[in-house]
Parts: sequence; C-alpha cells; structure tokens
Amino acid sequence: MTELTNLTVAEIRDGHRAGDFSAVEVAEAFNANVAGAKALNAFIVETPEHAIAAAKQADADRAAGTLKPLSGVPIGMKDLFATNGVQTTAASHMLEGFVPRYESTVSQKLWDAGCGMLGKLNLDQFAMGSSNETSHFGNVISPWKRNDGSNAALAPGGSSGGSSSAIAARLCPAATGTDTGGSIRQPAAFTGISGIKPTYGRCSRWGIVAFASSLDQAGPMARDVRDCAIMLENMAGFDPKDATSLDMPVPNWEAALSSDLKGKTVGIPKEYRLEGIDPEIDAMWDAGIAMLKDAGAAVVEISLPHTKYALPTYYIIAPAEASSNLARYDGVRYGLRDLPQGAGLQDMYAATRADGFGPEVKRRIMIGTYVLSAGFYDAYYTQAQKVRTLIARDFEAAFASCDVILAPTAPSAAFGLGEKMADPLAMYLNDVFAVPASLAGLPAMSVPAALNREGLPLGLQIIGKAFDEQGVLNAGLAIEERAGFTARAEKWW
Amino acid sequence: MAIDQATVRKIASLARIAISDAEAAAMEGELNGILGWVEQLGEVDVTGVEPMTAVIPNKLRLRDDVIDADPMTGGNRRDDILANAPAPQHGFFGVPKVIE
Amino acid sequence: MSNYTIKGETGEWEVVIGLEVHAQVTSNAKLFSGAATAFGAEPNTQVSLVDAAMPGMLPVPNRECIRQAVRTGMAIEAEINKWSRFDRKNYFYADLPQGYQISQLYHPLVGEGSLTIAADEKAGIPTDKVIGIERIHVEQDAGKLMHDQHPTMSYVDLNRSGVALMEIVSRPDMRSPAEAGAYVRKLRSILRYVGSCDGNMEEGSMRADVNVSVRKPGDEFGTRTETKNVNSVRFVMAVIEGEAKRQVGLIESGGTVVQETRLYDPDRNETRSMRSKEDAHDYRYFPDPDLLPLELDDAFLDECRASLPELPDAKRARYLSEGISAYNADVLTAEVEAARWFDALLEAGAKPVAAANWVTSELFGALNRMGRDISDSPVSPAQAAELLGLVADGTISGTIAKQVFEKMLETGDGAAAIVDREGLKQTSDTGAIEAEIAKVLAANADKVEQYKGGKEALFGFFVGQTMKAMQGKANPQVVNELLKKALG
Repeated sequence: MTELTNLTVAEIRDGHRAGDFSAVEVAEAFNANVAGAKALNAFIVETPEHAIAAAKQADADRAAGTLKPLSGVPIGMKDLFATNGVQTTAASHMLEGFVPRYESTVSQKLWDAGCGMLGKLNLDQFAMGSSNETSHFGNVISPWKRNDGSNAALAPGGSSGGSSSAIAARLCPAATGTDTGGSIRQPAAFTGISGIKPTYGRCSRWGIVAFASSLDQAGPMARDVRDCAIMLENMAGFDPKDATSLDMPVPNWEAALSSDLKGKTVGIPKEYRLEGIDPEIDAMWDAGIAMLKDAGAAVVEISLPHTKYALPTYYIIAPAEASSNLARYDGVRYGLRDLPQGAGLQDMYAATRADGFGPEVKRRIMIGTYVLSAGFYDAYYTQAQKVRTLIARDFEAAFASCDVILAPTAPSAAFGLGEKMADPLAMYLNDVFAVPASLAGLPAMSVPAALNREGLPLGLQIIGKAFDEQGVLNAGLAIEERAGFTARAEKWW
Repeated sequence: MAIDQATVRKIASLARIAISDAEAAAMEGELNGILGWVEQLGEVDVTGVEPMTAVIPNKLRLRDDVIDADPMTGGNRRDDILANAPAPQHGFFGVPKVIE
Repeated sequence: MSNYTIKGETGEWEVVIGLEVHAQVTSNAKLFSGAATAFGAEPNTQVSLVDAAMPGMLPVPNRECIRQAVRTGMAIEAEINKWSRFDRKNYFYADLPQGYQISQLYHPLVGEGSLTIAADEKAGIPTDKVIGIERIHVEQDAGKLMHDQHPTMSYVDLNRSGVALMEIVSRPDMRSPAEAGAYVRKLRSILRYVGSCDGNMEEGSMRADVNVSVRKPGDEFGTRTETKNVNSVRFVMAVIEGEAKRQVGLIESGGTVVQETRLYDPDRNETRSMRSKEDAHDYRYFPDPDLLPLELDDAFLDECRASLPELPDAKRARYLSEGISAYNADVLTAEVEAARWFDALLEAGAKPVAAANWVTSELFGALNRMGRDISDSPVSPAQAAELLGLVADGTISGTIAKQVFEKMLETGDGAAAIVDREGLKQTSDTGAIEAEIAKVLAANADKVEQYKGGKEALFGFFVGQTMKAMQGKANPQVVNELLKKALG
C-alpha cells in the first residue's frame, strides 16, 4: 500500500470521502512507514494506536455520514505541543517522561477535525536550533543526500526538523510546526516541502511549550500549498485562553486558492541580496521572480533598510523571553528533579537546570538573563524592541507598494550534521531571511523551488501583509505550479 | 562590553544553572562572541522610536470573573496538577526544606 | 507635625516610614486563571494548570480585578492610567511556579494619589495629615510554603498562587508608629468601603511591607530596611518602633544600616534579616510578552466611578453637617458595615443626632456584650428606627426605650409590639399623674416642708418618686409641670 503514503492531505481527505480506501488503510500505511524509518529519528514517540483509533472513527463517520474536515488524515505532531496522555518533551531531558493532562488548542482542533496522530515529532530542544542537532533524543536525519555520493548525513533544518524530515520521507502527509525565527520555513526549504507561519495570533499558543512568546507561532508543514491551506484552516482560530490570540474569523483559504496574480505586485527586497551568498540561491530567486511575473504579477524592488539588524534584534529578544519562559522548569512540579545529596532548594534548581537543559538552551538562557539584568536592560532589550519597531515599519512602508514579498527562505541548502555546531553564530546566520518576518509578526511561507547542483532542495519564501495568508498561499501556489518541483529523497533508510 | 568568567558565573547563578569551571571558560568565549555581535544594534538611531509592545495591532481582552468557567484554566484538578510531580506529598508538592 | 522621636545617646532621631500594602483583590477567580480564590480550601485544589505554570500555559486577565484596582485608585483620588502594562519580575522560589511574578513595574495601573489620616491628639497626631500614595499596581500573589510537616521537606500549596493583589505604595510620609497605624486603618477602611479588598489581615488578605529609616531632624533620608509581610496594625507599629530603635542603636554604636529585607517574629517582637532573599536583587523586569498593553476606555472608567460608594471622608462630613458629634462621626464611619447600618437607620426615618447617640452607646454596647458584629446585629435598622421613633414622638421615654431594646434583643419582636404588650406606653394622663403626685407628697410631708423652706434640690426626689409610682411610664415633662404646680 505504499502509494497511499504518496497521497497529499487533500487526496487522502477526498479519496476517503469518495470511498476509494479506508482511513484505517491509510493509517496502517503511514504507521508502517513510521515504524520503518527509525534511522531518520524523526519521532520521539510513535502513537500508531492513536492514528488507528482516529481512522476507525473516520471510517465510522463516513458510514454514518458525519465526516469531519480532515477525517482519515493522519498527521505528525511536533513534540512542542502538549498532548493529553502522551509524553511531551520539547526534545529536552528536562521534560523527559512528562505526560500532560491537557491538550494544546491547536492539536485539539486537529483531532476535532478528524485527524489522527502518528506520533510526536523530534525537534531542536525547546525549539532552539536550526539543524535539529540540539534534541536530547538525538539528531533528526534528513532523508535527502547530496548527489556527490558522499553519503553525509544532512540536517533537516530546525527547529521543526522532525516534521520536515517525516513529511519529506513520506512518514506523514502533514505535520504541525512552530516558527519563532524560521523554524517552519527553513526546515521546509531544507527538505523540499512547504510550510507556512501565519500572522502572529492566528494559531493559539495555549498548550505549546513556549520559547519566545512574542514570536512563537504555530503553522502547518506539508508537501504542497493546498495542504498547507487545509491544515492551517483547521489549526487557526480565536482562543480566549491566549491573550494574544486574534479574534478574527478563519478564512476559507483552500477554497480561495488562486495562482492568478494579475493585479498583484511582488516586492523584491534589495537588502536580501547578500554579498558572498551562494549564486545558486540568487539564481533560484531570480527564477522565482520570473515565475511570479508569468503568473501575472508586477515586480518592484523594495527596501527593508533595517534587515541587517534583524538577526541581532532577534538574538536579544528571543533569548530574553526564553530565559523567563524557561524559569518554570525548576524540578518542583513536573519534569526532571536533580537533588544532590544534602542540597537545598536553590542547589536543586541549579543542578536540575544544569542537567535538564542542553548546551544551546543554556546558552540562550544565559544570553537572555544577561541582557535583562540590571544596568543592561535598556542598552540591549529596550534598544532591540525599538529596532524591532523599525523593522516592522520597514515592512509597513514596503507594503505600500507591493502585496507580497519574495525572497529566499535560507541562505544555503541543507548542510551536513555537525558542520555548524561548533560555531553558534554561523548557525544563527542560517535564519537571516526568515527572522525579519517573525519580528514583524507577518505571515510567511516557504515553497520548494529548485534543486541545487548537489541535488538538494532550495526554498523560496513569500512574506505577506498581516492577516493576508491568502496572498501568501496564492503566490506560493503560483511558484509551486511553475517550479514543477517533484524531486524526492531516494529511500535509503 | 566583554564579560569575564566571574560575570558568566554570576549570570549562571541568576539563571540557576550550575556550571563547572570548564563550562564557564567555554561560555565566556561564546557569550562574548554573541554579545559582541548583537551590540551592533547600538549603531541604529532610535530617536523618538517606541519599543514594540504588540507585534500585531490587538487589544488585551479581559475575561469575566467566573470560577472554573473553562476546566482548562480552572481549578479543582489537583490530581492533574500533581500527576507529574517529582515528590508529591499528601496533596502538596514536596521540595527540600527551605529555611526562611 | 508628629513629635515622635527616638531618643538616642547622640540626641533625638526622626523616624521615616513608607508602607507597601498588599491587598488581596476581592474577586471570585484569580487574576490570570479561572481557579477560585476562597480562603481555607484543601491544598492545591484551587489551582489551575495556569497557576501551576504547566508548559504552554498562558495568562488572561480577569476584568473584575482590574476594575477593583481602578475603583480603589479613584477612591484615593489617584490618576488612573488608561494605558498600563504587565511586567515579569523574575526570581526563583518554590512558591513561585512560573519563575516570575506578573506585576507592573514600568507602567502601573494607578498613579499618584493620597489619603488623609485624622487628627488624634492622644496618639500624637495633632492635625489631619495627608499621606501621599505613589502608585497602585496589580500583581499575582505567590503560593505558600509549609515547613513543619516533614523532617527534610517543605510543602508547597499553590492555592494562593495567582490570586490578584493590589500593591499600594505610600510615599515615605509617615513619622511615627501611630501615623503608620492610622494610615493602615484608614486604607483598610477605604478598601472595605470600595469593596475591593476585605481587609482581613489575619487571613492574609492585607499585609504590609514596612520601610523604616531614621535620621537626625533636617538630615537626608537614612538607609531603609524593609520588613516583609507584617499582618496586623499592631505589628506594623511594633516593627517600626523596634526597627527604629535597632537602627539608632546600630548607628550610634558606629555601625551602618544595611538596605535589606527583614522578617518580623511576633513571638519575640523582633525583626531579623531574611537570608533567603539576599541574592534576589536582580529581578530582570521586562514586559510580559504573553500579554498586550492594558488599555482602558472611558466607558469602563465611567462605570468604575459611578459604582463607587460614598467614601469615609465624605460620609463623615455629611454626618457633621447633620449635627452629629465629631467623635460619633468618627466611630460611625470607621467601618463600612457600621456606616451602612447607620445610613439604613437614617433612611428608615431616624433623626441623625439621636440615632448616632443611640447606635454608638446602646447598639454598640449590646453588640459588644453579645460578641457580635454589626453585620449580624439581631436588630435591623428598620426595627431600630421604629424604637427611636417611639422615643421621638413621646410614646416612650428614653429609660423605657432601654427596656424595650433589651426585650427586642431577647425576643426579636418589634418595639411597638413590645410597648403595647408590656403596657410601656408613657402616659400624659394628668389625672392619673396628679393622683400619684398627691400620694407621693402626702407620704413625704417632711420633705415637702424642707423643699418649701428652700431646699429645691429635693425636686428631683419628687420626680423620681412619682415616676417610680407611675412605673416609669409617665411623660417626664408632664410630671415636671404637674409637680411644680402641686408644690406651688
């Protein structure tokens, strides 16, 4: 039944509805793929029984004529979403064995829509990383290989690396991701799939392990634009439990998909032309511009003057928020407790947190603690929030003359595992194109656009105006239709 | 401004993360690298610019004063609260004895 | 000016006091979660996933808590900030599940205000004094630690965790324990009038951090210490006195006062340094990114203002204008329950002056004897008004009124019914009175002689005898007139 796992979300939904196959058949096919792909290490926990139970319900609902929007579709759940009764770790030792008695809003919406869960997907620890090498549960391996015969293990991107790897390897048709500074888009680009980070506030953050509250935003990852639209419709929506949730109706994005861009203007930010960047990235970008023109769009150059400050701004704000958000992991109420012989409360904290957090998490907590500490707060944090205002204004000004912005998703194709771990700054630079939209809270997606000379996928990023996910999806669809990206990783695992 | 190992240790203590001397030494370099890099923000002219408070224009909603209106944010679920506790004690969370 | 000083070996020292009062906001649910706030529940039963800071939990503010803080601000005539914000105060402690307290540092909800403490000669407060209030901000309470249950463990109860507090920060305007005591009492009175806090210090719903420093008169402020969580007016005063003396002794013996947090031990009546808070000085405040700025519109503020009751100072002024004595006005307005009861009595038709006298002497006396609060007085304002009405219209005398009131307390019956049943109605029947007077005079012929001989003081004796013969039911005025006539 391998062909079932080649189906998209839309195809599974429609095929199931039409009676072409049962949901249980679909679930079993994906469960088998998951079980057979341990080498990718994409899952921290596999939940085949959950997928089967949902599938049985879907088949029953079909018989009863009570189908739900995503009946019969099994998905992967990033292990940053709390799942009732299923271990939720944020890929940390700190939360190893933590079994929540609650369900995140987004995952609950997906189950309510009829989805089943194939498992909890690996990620960078507390979503901090760009290569999925900071997980306590081991690196996720990309299904992709370079075509030079080197067989080097490649990064699936991060932090949603389990999601990207699993989708690219056909272990699930779609998965949830979260994006704080590119954690949906960059892994999507690295693995030749699509992913969208909606406008900040579209998806409830309730029940998602927090990294940086003012930036964190959930979104779907899938193989194509339509699937992203379908998934997002079933993830988004107002949640009174999240004070930053947008109280707006969820548009019918799938129904309004259109790759006809006549009358639309695409902005090309000149500051994203980085010196010394791989010419293949620029070439792909130029090809993307041509595709959007072909779809009827006008193209203008725009300026986002504060682009070069986006990453430093991000690396103040995100660690600052994280240092506070992660203070709750103290060994008192849940999770790891490290209590050395004779230790007092404060010693217990220090030992527990030293043991429970990995090096990258500690590094960011340290940075965040420092920039918020007495005497440095204004110089770092307040300054960064002011620059963030300027970055958001840049976008606002740019959107006066364009509808969407087109840029590369990442400055390179997937790199090899271990290649950048020694140098945190080099790793951070990977998110140079992704972070500005995060800082401005804007919807942005990555769609696969080309293979580089090594045979690895490259992604194009579309950034839209606040609330205009439709514009982003439509431009993404226009690229998808023209790029004709059909390459997939050859199975080696 | 460069930070020294004493500062690294102070930050680690504020963040309640135990670090060894070797870790402090390693972190000194890493943190200085990152801080030196983010300090380029200092060159941005932010005269008259307000720090960002809400990334997307949105108003803080207030909820009604109703007890347990939503079980997800209400009380009366001690078992759930204590389910993952490392040292539950007769309905309490146990911690090493604190001397105040 | 207060003339309270500490007499040291080097002269007199002035004491400078500022108070940060933490008042639990009266609300059903917590500040950022739907868990209940009631006092005394089983441990960790009034705890939501949010209060326990489970991963991914988020705060959503309770409108009522904001509303009560705004109303409190209005009651101290403070500036209300239509734009305020919540900040995180970061520190690690077992009673603080999030690892930070959501509070308001940079942009508090309520700005500058004040309250007036009344002159009290006996307490060394010669004139009314205005005490500045710097701000009121809203924040979360912490949980509770218990240390006595286990040999090596402390127990954490999060029932209080996340309950809304108002922190009411005074200016360092107080100069004596008495002023500080009066400030706390007045503040508590205002909070109870407003209904924003029940003011129960023994249940911890109001507690004070006491900032004390000493200086030679005219000098700059000295270094202050902060004694945390003092939970009675008496203790606040004791802390100030003890701490001021300790500081003077320290300075005069060549030491210096260290800015530190101290803890009060009521059993030993002394404060000691709180080591557990020593390294917690860098709180790394920053705006809570889970919450947006709190913006209040005019409609919200208008409702807050419109729902404010008459406050103690205004009520006292009204009572004075109605002829009530200053003493009675103070007594009647100090506690909102008494004031409300008294106002209900006036509304039921009682005359202010007589009613004030009756409430402060008869009613309070009776409640005292019974060990009851006015809120569960066995006699209602309407019943009391009926009783006072019978005195006012001459139906019964004041003496009989006392008897009737006792019967009312015993039986719960109405005053008029008791008067009727017991035949206590006072009489102005001149025939009956004259008959009794004749008997009295006949029986005391010698005294009549003495009276006529100039010993006029005996008039009272005749009145008493007549009243006694009439069983107290004669109208005293009529008795007087008839006696005068009879003694001619």
